[in-house]
Amino acid sequence: MNIIMARLPLTGSIIALLCYLMWWPMQAQADEEGMPEAGMPDEWVQEVVTDEFADMLAELATASFPRKVELVNTLQLRGWPGVRDALAGLLEGELYFSQEEQPEGIRVYVVSGREGDFTLLDPVTQQTEQREALSGLRRITTNNPLRRNLRGAVARFDLLDESPAVRRQAVAELRRGLDSDAILLLRERLVTETHRGVTRDIEVALALYDLESSDAEVRLTALEVLSGELGNDVYNRVQRLLATDASGEPLEPDAAVRHMASLAIDRIEQRRSFFGFLETLFFGLSFGSVLVLAAIGLAITFGVMGVINMAHGELIMIGAYTSYVVQLLMPNHIGVAILVAVPAAFMVSGLVGVLIERGVVRFLYGRPLETLLATFGISLILQQLVRTVFSPLNRQVQTPDWMSGLLRFNDVFAITYNRLYILIFMFIVFALLWLVMHRTSLGLKVRAVSQNRAMARAMGVRSDRIDALTFGLGSGIAGVAGVALSLLTNVGPNMGQAYIIDSFMVVVFGGVGNLWGTLIGGMSLGLGTKLVEPHVGAVMAKILMLVFIILFIQKRKQGLFPQKGRSAEGH
Amino acid sequence: MSDRSLVSRLMQHDLGSRIFIGVLLLVGLGMPLAHLLLPESSFLHPSTYTLSLVGKYMTYALLAISIDLIWGYCGILSLGHTAFFALGGYAMGMYLMRQIGTRGVYGDPVLPDFMVFLSWESLPWYWQGMDMFWFAMLMVLLVPGLLALVFGWLAFRSRVAGVYFSIITQALTFALMLAFFRNEMGFGGNNGLTDFKDILGYDLQATGTRIGLFMVTALALGLGYLACRWIVGSRFGRVVTAIRDGEGRARFIGYRVEHYKLWLFVFSGVLAGIAGALYVPQVGIINPGEFAPLNAIEAVVWVVVGGRGTLYGAVLGAVLVNYMKTYFTVAWPEAWLYALGTLFVVVTLFLPRGVVGLLEKLRRQKA
Repeated sequence: MNIIMARLPLTGSIIALLCYLMWWPMQAQADEEGMPEAGMPDEWVQEVVTDEFADMLAELATASFPRKVELVNTLQLRGWPGVRDALAGLLEGELYFSQEEQPEGIRVYVVSGREGDFTLLDPVTQQTEQREALSGLRRITTNNPLRRNLRGAVARFDLLDESPAVRRQAVAELRRGLDSDAILLLRERLVTETHRGVTRDIEVALALYDLESSDAEVRLTALEVLSGELGNDVYNRVQRLLATDASGEPLEPDAAVRHMASLAIDRIEQRRSFFGFLETLFFGLSFGSVLVLAAIGLAITFGVMGVINMAHGELIMIGAYTSYVVQLLMPNHIGVAILVAVPAAFMVSGLVGVLIERGVVRFLYGRPLETLLATFGISLILQQLVRTVFSPLNRQVQTPDWMSGLLRFNDVFAITYNRLYILIFMFIVFALLWLVMHRTSLGLKVRAVSQNRAMARAMGVRSDRIDALTFGLGSGIAGVAGVALSLLTNVGPNMGQAYIIDSFMVVVFGGVGNLWGTLIGGMSLGLGTKLVEPHVGAVMAKILMLVFIILFIQKRKQGLFPQKGRSAEGH
Repeated sequence: MSDRSLVSRLMQHDLGSRIFIGVLLLVGLGMPLAHLLLPESSFLHPSTYTLSLVGKYMTYALLAISIDLIWGYCGILSLGHTAFFALGGYAMGMYLMRQIGTRGVYGDPVLPDFMVFLSWESLPWYWQGMDMFWFAMLMVLLVPGLLALVFGWLAFRSRVAGVYFSIITQALTFALMLAFFRNEMGFGGNNGLTDFKDILGYDLQATGTRIGLFMVTALALGLGYLACRWIVGSRFGRVVTAIRDGEGRARFIGYRVEHYKLWLFVFSGVLAGIAGALYVPQVGIINPGEFAPLNAIEAVVWVVVGGRGTLYGAVLGAVLVNYMKTYFTVAWPEAWLYALGTLFVVVTLFLPRGVVGLLEKLRRQKA
């Protein structure tokens, strides 16, 4: 299975560089063909070409949309270096032109970078310059027909790229609007193409085109190629062979082709449902990891200490806001900010947790219902505090580049990197927490106090301090979870409430006082919800999950993994 | 517990009850009379707004009593009592919806507006009969009662208690809220039921109807209070209190603990449903927001603030907290959640017996 990495900035720049390098020899060739007069000095030729290119770009800047389409069509046939840069720039909305009157007329640039640090590339001269701001420059506008045209044009260039990934993208682009020109181009490429994936893509594209043929034999062969292909366009096109018109007559006259088409559809649907299932599984794991992350801090405060901490959701929220603030503090290092935010959120939420424990919870040990109410009061105060400090509006935490994008397997199955990383992150957090609880002296004392407070005190454990630290640990972990969740959802004052009920459900379902229970409980609830979701809808799936847990608790009060032995008596 | 303290406690309870009933009579009869007889310029003339506000407080007080009955006397903390309240409200709302008839925006004689909007063909089965007042009122009692019966039977039979019970009741009301938000449920989705016109043929906006509703609410609150007082004073009530103080012991003595808990829970649920049904015509709307777990916890706080296990404390708490809420949301909306949050913390830490407990303490110190 081939993996196309999308949206990697590095690949982008390499492509640009490669295109640039590749077009030099071709340009020389074009010059030879275009300028048959012998004895013309090379510099002169270069100059004429440059002038013509510059003139066309200048016209492009202010032309009407139909004229722009014409210009693009002309440009793509010329082999000048920088044409691809210019066209791709126009497509991405990165092509700007200078408004001021200059002696050499309007200049056009491809702009990249961000505010305060722009790079301007002149496609004609291939020279770059740095600028702080874009004053005096205006974006060249595009519209939908023009962009469609541009995509085709850029694809023609990319079809000759060195990287198979770029070539596949180009084929996919051409497939969107197959015409005889594109087919010619693809046929040509097929002869020289060596990469298997690209070859297959081109064959599919050609087969798609062959379906339009009037020869039934050609259509049959094309269907054989297309059978089991996962592309959406293929599916829709083959599906259309089976359609009937208004009077009930099939659109496809040949019965053999129709039969073949229905076989192909069956096979496609089979493969699609398989990948669809894989996707659902991944969604389930991802949702499960969110549930576990949200609940794992509670597994400490509620599970181990038995404190009903209704402010748990707000500790998650504080972690998420910490991640937002860290990003505000280091706006130029978004990629690093998220890594800084993790320990920062642990500290902030942990500290708030210790304050809550010392200030309120410790007076209420042994009165769980009162603890519930008091911590709920704290959660209200924290929510309103965030509203006062930050505003009631949601805040957006930027996903760093290295976490954005898709891990794409095919048209039907793709995984977003951020969900994948959060899944991994959850396992890391879980492993660390498990180590702290089972391999450090703090963990030992925490478990000792939760099992038998009096005995632990008799052995010299300062139970007060351990209570505060345990609560701080659970709260800190909630904060860390908040950092991860801030990448998935908006950060707002109400986000804590969204997680609190789920968190309690996971801990209760998994079995109080058991980290493994929380992990397995959360993951299975996540998987279960996502497996049910396609059949009943998201809200109904959630309701069913709640009802399931309510019923489950009737049957097994102590959850999936009940505590055994003496420590069970405490709960 | 010695005889003397038991007797003295009963005496105190009687005093509280007497004050409560007195005040209720005064408010229930006095306010409508003052509204009708006194000129509008008079200081003592309550406006229609005040009337419906106090009416709303009284439905909250009834909800608070229903919570206090199970929490204060049986130690069952339900964080999902708004579920019963809202279900009662929806039953009433459905009746009021059917009374709109052709006066809706779409003018359909049978289907409520939102159903026409969703292009439903016919009335779903559970809307049948809701145009009859007696049937709707039966549903106000039956639906919350049945839910409490099924849920309580499941929970108490398997001895889910304490915090676990609180958490699953919260999950219950949360699940119901999500369900009622769905348009497919046929309860108006997000917008709920509103735009009511009249009840039993009387215009809901008319002063006479408002006064009628007000007095019915006062009557319901008084009867509900007396019923609860009677229950907790009866043999049944004493077993319930015993269960609160030592469930295992009560069970070993031979009482079927889960039966006592279940019937008390069902009665409490029905009471909350009645409160909801009275709430809806006075407020003019019912939507899924009423199921919100936050509301349920807020209602529990009324009881804590007033003082649990006294019934009249619950009423006092409901009125106090809601008056505060009305005041803050008008005068200083940002501060309301701070105030409520601080109230939660302060009351649980320093006033475990609520305002009533504080008053008693002061009285004893004086004596």
